[in-house]
Amino acid sequence: MTHFTSLHWIDYAVMLVYFAFVLGIGVALKRYVRTGTDFFLSGRSLPAWVTGLAFISANLGAQEVIGMGASGAKYGIATSHFYWVGAIPAMVFVGVLMMPFYYGSRARSVPEYLKLRFDEKTRGFNAISFATMTVFSSGISLYAMGKLLNLLVGWSFDTSILIAAGIVLFYTFMGGLGGAIYNEVLQFFLIVFGFAPLAFLGLRDVGGWSGLKERLATVATANGFGEGAYTHSWTYMGHASQNPVGVEWFGLVMGLGFVLSFGYWCTDFLVVQRAMAANSMSAARRTPLIAAFPKMLMPFIVILPGMLALVVGPAPRAPGNLSAAPAAVAAPAEATRASNPANAAVEAMVRTPVQQPIIEQSRGIIPPKIDPATGEPLRDGRGRLVLDYDLATPMMLVHFFPAGLLGLGLTALLASFMSGMAGNVTAFNTVWTYDIYQSYIRPGQPDHHYLQMGRFATVAGVAISLAAAYVAASFNNIMDMLQLVFAFVNAPLFATFALGMFWKRATGHGAFLGLLSGTLAAAVHHGLTLPAGAHVGIKGGYFGVLQTFPSELAQTFWTAIVAFTTCFLVTIVVSMLTKPRPDEEMKGLVYSLTPIQKDSGEPWHRRPAALGAVVLVAALALNLIFW
Amino acid sequence: MRLDIRWPIGLMFSVMGALLAVYGGVTLGKPGTAPSGIPVNLYWGLVMLAFGLAMLAGARGKKEP
Repeated sequence: MTHFTSLHWIDYAVMLVYFAFVLGIGVALKRYVRTGTDFFLSGRSLPAWVTGLAFISANLGAQEVIGMGASGAKYGIATSHFYWVGAIPAMVFVGVLMMPFYYGSRARSVPEYLKLRFDEKTRGFNAISFATMTVFSSGISLYAMGKLLNLLVGWSFDTSILIAAGIVLFYTFMGGLGGAIYNEVLQFFLIVFGFAPLAFLGLRDVGGWSGLKERLATVATANGFGEGAYTHSWTYMGHASQNPVGVEWFGLVMGLGFVLSFGYWCTDFLVVQRAMAANSMSAARRTPLIAAFPKMLMPFIVILPGMLALVVGPAPRAPGNLSAAPAAVAAPAEATRASNPANAAVEAMVRTPVQQPIIEQSRGIIPPKIDPATGEPLRDGRGRLVLDYDLATPMMLVHFFPAGLLGLGLTALLASFMSGMAGNVTAFNTVWTYDIYQSYIRPGQPDHHYLQMGRFATVAGVAISLAAAYVAASFNNIMDMLQLVFAFVNAPLFATFALGMFWKRATGHGAFLGLLSGTLAAAVHHGLTLPAGAHVGIKGGYFGVLQTFPSELAQTFWTAIVAFTTCFLVTIVVSMLTKPRPDEEMKGLVYSLTPIQKDSGEPWHRRPAALGAVVLVAALALNLIFW
Repeated sequence: MRLDIRWPIGLMFSVMGALLAVYGGVTLGKPGTAPSGIPVNLYWGLVMLAFGLAMLAGARGKKEP
């Protein structure tokens, strides 16, 4: 078995301490779970700082930690747009303006709000697509984690995903949403403590931020961009061809910053559920705002390691002088033959410098991507090695952390995975039980019946995730396709919620047809466009290629813009043509029919609007600093 | 909830921090324990221990932030 590193007893000891505490929290909280509200909404009893940290932690899954590191290596500091543009404004919006309706309506889930505000079919559409999406996305991240641990430390795929899923099942089964949230707060701190030293040690290695800038300038010019393309977030956004993201500012701000970001943070029950567990309206509204502070600092912990992975290591070395090869490369050198494509990545990394007299990647520790068919490293059109960016952050862990801290880093990785999975599972069991089972299968049962169903749904959710992980392992394309379909369903959602909350004339028929046509528009737009260099198929173009985008992200952003606009317009037109609902039925559900929240007597840090303003100013400052 | 979350967080970080710090102290100067030239296990273990103790102190003080 070939892998990048092996663990020491101290690493396992750190991991065991973590396992003991997450399981212990499940046991400790079990006695507080007596009713459905306790299980599904944590009894609406948690203080704002707890729900706030859980809000960000549930979103901080392994895909985020690994994926943002990968994007950091691919796109540089521009990846921070996913935070400072693509998250913070939406988090402020949901806290200040939307939470009064979610929390105030006493809806127990986001689909249930749709039922109260619109009608049954709109809720059904959202509940079913959301429930399916959560279990499949936790399956996909299970798969990714199992594969990664196998590659990094040689654990068996089956054992790693079974243990991880088993632990998540245990504490969500025992403690319900409270168990998930308590662990999410713990996991949040663990992720910060596990990854923070990485950025510090990496920066120290390259000579601080100025050293990083200097080295990334070389990378940027080698890739045909201006010198600062990897270290400035806005300077090169004027045109898609000037920056490694391949997006221009308008598509970025509208597609990511508005449609996708508001669609996720303001309507996804996975995060909104955390705020709904807060102990008061004020705490619910402050939940996303408190979450926004750590969220805007996250790029330094998750993106920076990816950027560093591109340039750390010794200075460019002369051909033949191979003694300076990174430690991670030397470690598995005894391995001789690749038995499968995943191992081949390690192999290639070991062999590449030896076989090639001219070293292409003179710096950096990211191994090349392996072609699964041939087992050879992939090369792009210009013959350069294609790097396996998903390994950027994991390689940093292996490169900079000694035994002990490495255990902590891997535990943090496991924690991020578990927080994401538990978020999915708790959102799934609530939507399944309240919005599908109670609404369509067996209504009118006593509370303990639904509590039991919730526990059963937790087991079923984890089981389906596991099954999905194995499906992903054998048919990667099915999962890509599913994610694509979910993206189509999600893209128009914010239009429905925004119109529902702020325009009382919007009707159920309007909302439903708007959602449907928005989803359809997304599929059609995607089917008519293609990112540059891609082949017709899963990447688009299946209805014929009308337009080519400079990058996949640009295509994604514009697909979202088209879906949102279609849903927005269709909802308005159909609403005008259908009968409006009487005002008295919509009290507490629509802005103009709900008393404005008064919080003028409170100190500023407890007033959502004031807190939101501080958050926005801070995010603006970060954008300017890294402009 | 009636369980103050700072108890489990404080306890876990104290235990983990102490574990790393002691391990870092015992292996001080051994090859391979400080790839960047800093005894990171010792220092970061102490930081985590301090964080854990601060959480425990907060939980004992009983005032939610």
